[in-house]
Amino acid sequence: MTPVIGLGHFLTVAAILFTIGVFGIFLNRKNIIVILMSIELILLAVNINLVAFSAHLGDLVGQVFALLILTVAAAEAAIGLAILVVFFRNRGSIAVDDVNMMKG
Amino acid sequence: MTLPLFFFYLFSGIVIASAIMVISSRNPVHSVLFLILAFVNAAGIFMLAGAEFLAMILIVVYVGAVAVLFLFVVMMLDVDFRELRQGMLQYAPIGIVVGIILLLELLLVAGSAWLVPEVAGSGALPINDGIDNTRALGQVLYTNYIYLFQACGLVLLVAMIGAIVLTLRHKPNVKRQDIAAQVGRTKETGLEIVKVKSGKGL
Repeated sequence: MTPVIGLGHFLTVAAILFTIGVFGIFLNRKNIIVILMSIELILLAVNINLVAFSAHLGDLVGQVFALLILTVAAAEAAIGLAILVVFFRNRGSIAVDDVNMMKG
Repeated sequence: MTLPLFFFYLFSGIVIASAIMVISSRNPVHSVLFLILAFVNAAGIFMLAGAEFLAMILIVVYVGAVAVLFLFVVMMLDVDFRELRQGMLQYAPIGIVVGIILLLELLLVAGSAWLVPEVAGSGALPINDGIDNTRALGQVLYTNYIYLFQACGLVLLVAMIGAIVLTLRHKPNVKRQDIAAQVGRTKETGLEIVKVKSGKGL
């Protein structure tokens, strides 16, 4: 659909974005808010891949799947932040390097 | 360099730069704002790929809802973020190693994509250039993919109920209106007739 911009461009950007997301999880081991944002970046990279292949192969299914991933990402962010709020209420901090109290 | 390519490099450069700022910024509020910038520019990339509907959804859902949710939580929780920054570089070496390996693997996959050109053209749902993107998505989303669409709604419903159940708490010692008790009152429970003799109080 867009012969001007090759598939490789999109895939490279998505790969770099995915790597930044994974690296962000390692870099901010204690700050769960930034970890959640890194997960959002990873899902965004996946979406860019799906849309790029959808445009390259001329197949609309990729965009349908990207829509589903958007839904799941929104739900995940909502649940993650809700758990974060409950955790903060119980602990008074959001340091998650020792969350083994969640074992019960 | 053609104009779409120029805009692609512009958008992707801003996306990558702001993604780096998201994970390395000192203040989480700045992180959220850079996340918003990344999403807006990713919407531009989607637009260049011809997915106009997804680009608009990205702005509406992510910038409008998810990023504001993040911002709300970051500002609501009174967290000492300086303490959380300590020991941050402790995991950086292993993170860099994992990141570089992952990036190389992903780029290898990206490189192999155009080695197999016969994959193209075997799509299950070919894009019709005659109609616009939103109409095309709507035509398949509510017909061929209606079960997936309903499953999406179910996921969102479960997420909504879960978030409410997790964060709702009933404080004791707070007076609340109890409709059932109010409506269930009868004359016998609510009213007492006392004969008062004249000259005496109750």
